Amino acid sequence: MSFAAAALAVLVTMALVLVRALKGPTVFDRILAVNAFGTLTVLLISVVGFLQGRPEFLDLALVYALINFIGTIAVTKFIKFRDMGHGEQAAGPDAGDI
Amino acid sequence: MAFPVDPIIFDILTWLFILPGAVLLIIGGIGMITMPDVFARMHPAGVIDTLGCELILVGLMFQAGLTIVTVKLALILAFIFFTSPTATHALARACLNAGVTPRVDEEKSAALSRGGRP
Repeated sequence: MSFAAAALAVLVTMALVLVRALKGPTVFDRILAVNAFGTLTVLLISVVGFLQGRPEFLDLALVYALINFIGTIAVTKFIKFRDMGHGEQAAGPDAGDI
Repeated sequence: MAFPVDPIIFDILTWLFILPGAVLLIIGGIGMITMPDVFARMHPAGVIDTLGCELILVGLMFQAGLTIVTVKLALILAFIFFTSPTATHALARACLNAGVTPRVDEEKSAALSRGGRP
C-alpha cells in the first residue's frame, strides 16, 4: 500500500516535470527537467520492483542512474561547445572545464 | 530479520519515510512549473533529487531488511546523492557561459548594496 502511494506520487511528479520539459523557454530548462525526470525514473523502477515483489529491478535502476548522470553531463557539454571535444585547439582554452 | 522486532514497526517506519518523500516530490514538481527562471528552477529540482528521492529509498530499505537489496538501494542513494549536485553545478555553469543571467529584483539589490534594509 505504501508502495502504491509512492508510485502515484512519482507518476504525478513525472507529469509535472514533463510539462516543464515541453514548455521550457530555454534549452537549459529542458535539460534540468530531463535530469529530474531520469531521477524519477530510477525511483519508479525501484518502487515498481517492490510493488511486484521483484527487487531484482534494482539492478536496472542502478544502471539507469549511471546513464542519467553521464547523459546530462554529455548534453551540457555539447550545448556549451557544440562539440563533444577535440582538445583545446578546436574548442578554446575553456574546453573540458565544465 | 536478524533481530526480534515486531514487523509492523517496519511498516510504520516505511510509511513515516515514504509519505514525506511523496509530499516533497509533488512539492518539487509544482515548483518546477511555477518558478520563474532556470536558476530558480534548480531549487525544486534539488528538492526532488535529494530529500524526496532519498526518503523514498530509505523507506524501501525498511521493507527489504538486511539483504543484498538494501545494499543496492544504498548504492543508488549514494550515487544520486553525489551526482545530482554535480550535474546541477555543470548546468549552472553552462547557463552562465551561454549568457543566461539570473533574474534580480533591482530595488531590493540596490537597497542591500546601500546597506539599508530590503
